[in-house]
Amino acid sequence: MVEAKNKYDRQLRIWGEQGQAALESASICLLNCGPTGSETLKNLVLGGVGSITLVDGSRVEEGDLGNNFMLDAESIGLSKAKCVCSFLQELNDSVKAKFVEESPDALIDTNPSFFCQFTLVIATQLLETSVLKLDKICRQSNIMLIVARSYGLTGLVRISLKEHDVIESKPDHFLDDLRLHNPWPELKKFADSIDLNTTDPVVHKHTPYVVILVKMAEEWTQRHGGCLPSTREEKKEFKELLKSQMLAFDEDNYKEAIEASFKVSALRGISAHLRQIVDDSLVQVDSTSSDFWVLVAALKEFIENEGQGEPPLEGSLPDMTSLTEYYISLQKIYQAKAEADTAVVEYHTRNILKRIGRDPGVISKSYIKNFCRNARKITVCRYRTIEDEFTSPALSELQKYLTDEDYSVAVGFYILLRAVDRFAANYNRFPGMFDGSKAYLLVKSHSEMDDDISRLKTIAVGILSDLGCNSSALPEDLISEMCRCGGAELHAVAAFIGGVASQEVIKLITKQFVPMSGTFIFNGIDHKSQLLLL
Amino acid sequence: MADTATNGRWRDLDKLLLRPGNLVGPNFEPSPELRDDLQTYARVLVVGAGGLGCELLKDLALSGFRNLEVIDMDRIEVSNLNRQFLFRLQDVGKPKAEVAAQRVMERVSGVNIVPHFCRIEDKDLEFYSDFNIIALGLDSIEARSYINAVACSFLEYDSDDNPMEETMKPMVDGGTEGFKGHARVILPGVTPCFECTIWLFPPQVKFPLCTLAETPRTAAHCIEYAHLIKWGEVHVGKSFDEDDPEHMQWVYSEAVKRAELFGILGVTYSFTQGVVKNIIPAIASTNALISAACALEALKIATGCSKTMSNYLTYNGLEGLHTKVTEFVRDKDCLVCGPGVLIELDTSTTLQKFIDLLGEHPKVRMPKASVAHRGENLYMQAPPILEEMTRSNLQVSLYNLMGKLARDVVHVTGAAAVNGKTASSLRKLRIVFRGATNDGVADMDTAGGA
Repeated sequence: MVEAKNKYDRQLRIWGEQGQAALESASICLLNCGPTGSETLKNLVLGGVGSITLVDGSRVEEGDLGNNFMLDAESIGLSKAKCVCSFLQELNDSVKAKFVEESPDALIDTNPSFFCQFTLVIATQLLETSVLKLDKICRQSNIMLIVARSYGLTGLVRISLKEHDVIESKPDHFLDDLRLHNPWPELKKFADSIDLNTTDPVVHKHTPYVVILVKMAEEWTQRHGGCLPSTREEKKEFKELLKSQMLAFDEDNYKEAIEASFKVSALRGISAHLRQIVDDSLVQVDSTSSDFWVLVAALKEFIENEGQGEPPLEGSLPDMTSLTEYYISLQKIYQAKAEADTAVVEYHTRNILKRIGRDPGVISKSYIKNFCRNARKITVCRYRTIEDEFTSPALSELQKYLTDEDYSVAVGFYILLRAVDRFAANYNRFPGMFDGSKAYLLVKSHSEMDDDISRLKTIAVGILSDLGCNSSALPEDLISEMCRCGGAELHAVAAFIGGVASQEVIKLITKQFVPMSGTFIFNGIDHKSQLLLL
Repeated sequence: MADTATNGRWRDLDKLLLRPGNLVGPNFEPSPELRDDLQTYARVLVVGAGGLGCELLKDLALSGFRNLEVIDMDRIEVSNLNRQFLFRLQDVGKPKAEVAAQRVMERVSGVNIVPHFCRIEDKDLEFYSDFNIIALGLDSIEARSYINAVACSFLEYDSDDNPMEETMKPMVDGGTEGFKGHARVILPGVTPCFECTIWLFPPQVKFPLCTLAETPRTAAHCIEYAHLIKWGEVHVGKSFDEDDPEHMQWVYSEAVKRAELFGILGVTYSFTQGVVKNIIPAIASTNALISAACALEALKIATGCSKTMSNYLTYNGLEGLHTKVTEFVRDKDCLVCGPGVLIELDTSTTLQKFIDLLGEHPKVRMPKASVAHRGENLYMQAPPILEEMTRSNLQVSLYNLMGKLARDVVHVTGAAAVNGKTASSLRKLRIVFRGATNDGVADMDTAGGA
């Protein structure tokens, strides 16, 4: 136990015991054990996922040794799934690892219920037809799906699932919830108890900026007809006012107050992001609603009633220059308010649960508390089905990408990655993939390569025109680049794609942080990769 | 599919190296010889065998490189195992460089990896000059700065102050923190070196001592009080060792006492370790993708098989997925990758006098420098045996020691004051001797300003 804690120390500092427990109870299925899949899974096995199941029907060939670290000379001729599985097991013996020696395409066709046992499926190097079928299977059974692909110097990662709700989105930068513009009675009372004009220089330079700003904002509103500083001029003036209160240049608390002075002008009410969630149709909860949406419904009631337009207080206080006793008192005031708000949300939650015919105690107090603490940051991610995206992509976005210099390469790769799959469906090989002696054919001077380039172009142009888009935007160089790489799965590209995919898997399983939206298109040429929202 | 069976081990990589393309580097010459040359001649040094280093070794070995060396002074710890995939529980305590090299060689036949279990400062310039590319997998600013200075020290400028390509030592550098990371390509003299953009790494914020002593408010304040103030008061003359569990336990229990005294919550043993050791959270997936980007760029530098990234990639997976390439520009006055600090001397100036002068020189500030000229040590401050061997040079004029060249470059190493801190540094100096004209090199007037 102590050992596990030490082993995972560097990641426990990111996602905590709860995130780790979620990982350890997750069951993951990998389709195809090439480098893309092997590397994705390696990163998850190291982190301690519960169990992995590898599916691959192929046998190891010499060429696999050039791009897959999990295979060595002794693996040649053996089951790829088995070899990769045994290497991964070596990395972490607390992971349950097993393998299925079967082609993923066949499994998708013949045994769709196979996938129901997993938390999440990672589909690598699958062709379009199989991806579409698998997406349907996973959607129906509420299995999370991640599609990952490496192809020459490009590749993609795409998440597919109905809905993923995040309470602990843990954004890097987020405005503190201090309510300086709108102090509740206890905060105001505390501020009132402190004299900003104290003659004790030690107290003066250790009065926390929260108190300074609450008091100075109040003074300002009294002199400005009840309004807080809002224009640039007023904000500047407010800063000058703060500056004029300083007794010495080294008063860090006043410097902090000036720096934080914009916080008094924070807009009241909830953000547009949160507004969208509380206005979502799923907030009309019934007995089938998830706990998350029951809490959103309770949150909405709180905002509309007791909160007077505000969400429950977060309750944490950033560190600031202060006497210890002032700071600790303030901390307690913020915590007490947060607890009081949480109690109200809990009350609404229990009532709603009763109303929809569920056990009112079914959602734990700690879950509600955590929800309230993160109420301003909750996030809902939804993903279109891959079929929807393929048949009716967001056309305005697609047009924009095609003509936008920053996106033209990424969208080119996006179309071409679809085109190579159609090519493969037609010719049973990828463009630029030739038999042994012709393997090193030169791109420009050989007619077979030229033929492939024009075939691929025809297919790609066809995809674009079927969607009603102008195909002239497709860069010729990208088409020949796709043929040049002949379906190669380069290790470095696979390791990159595997890294991206495993990050996303971790976010989905721990339900912490915000997973990517859209399709990530890797650009290994100049690394100007992009997310396409189609 | 159709052609997989016959193409051999490098069937995938070969497509990139053997076929021409339109989106490639300017000197790309696709052919089987290119792959052979990559395997035979390209020599890459991986600095650091930790989270990034392990990945880099694997990625480079599977990108066709065969001559690799790795340098790391650390031994394997249990907390490495969640990401440093070349290490197993039974390896704990062994040198990272040695185990990492061994594991990759076991799995990728044909690759040769020489491990160096030592500090980066323990190797001389000659060691570093041997590599075509240096890949950095480090977690400290100081170590990056040092390697950067070493790599830039090889850069020579022609008489028009243009960098000479054949003296350029390219670097790829990666760094991660949690879900975030960066990968960059440094072509000394062409793209900004680490020092040109040192502002990208702001110094770590430290708590004021008076806060720790008088007005603690957070758990971290209590921990730092125990660590930085109380330890010294109680253990006079015994320095704190962050790797000694008993020391850590002591700091933890003192921090708990202090927190209780002030009513502060949140002191845990794990948090104490985090604060005292400044632990940066790290996960396998981020290390994997950042290293992969670095290795791919190394392959492009070595072969020209694709255009390169210019020149700084950031990746952030915290909130969705954000990735961006920024083209930073060089600092033309950079002390490290620029043509070097110009120092004018009389032909009679002795080496001793020159060394004294370096302590006061505003751009060098290196009071106890060791001096090397064209790979030859003119004076070494340490170890004692080398100091003794080179001591007699101190009274000889630098002009004579440098073979009576009117102007040339010397390298000086030692502790120097950088941004108010003292750090191990290496500087390139352009020495010009007043009044000396020989070998028809440049005329004094064209010496140019530094």
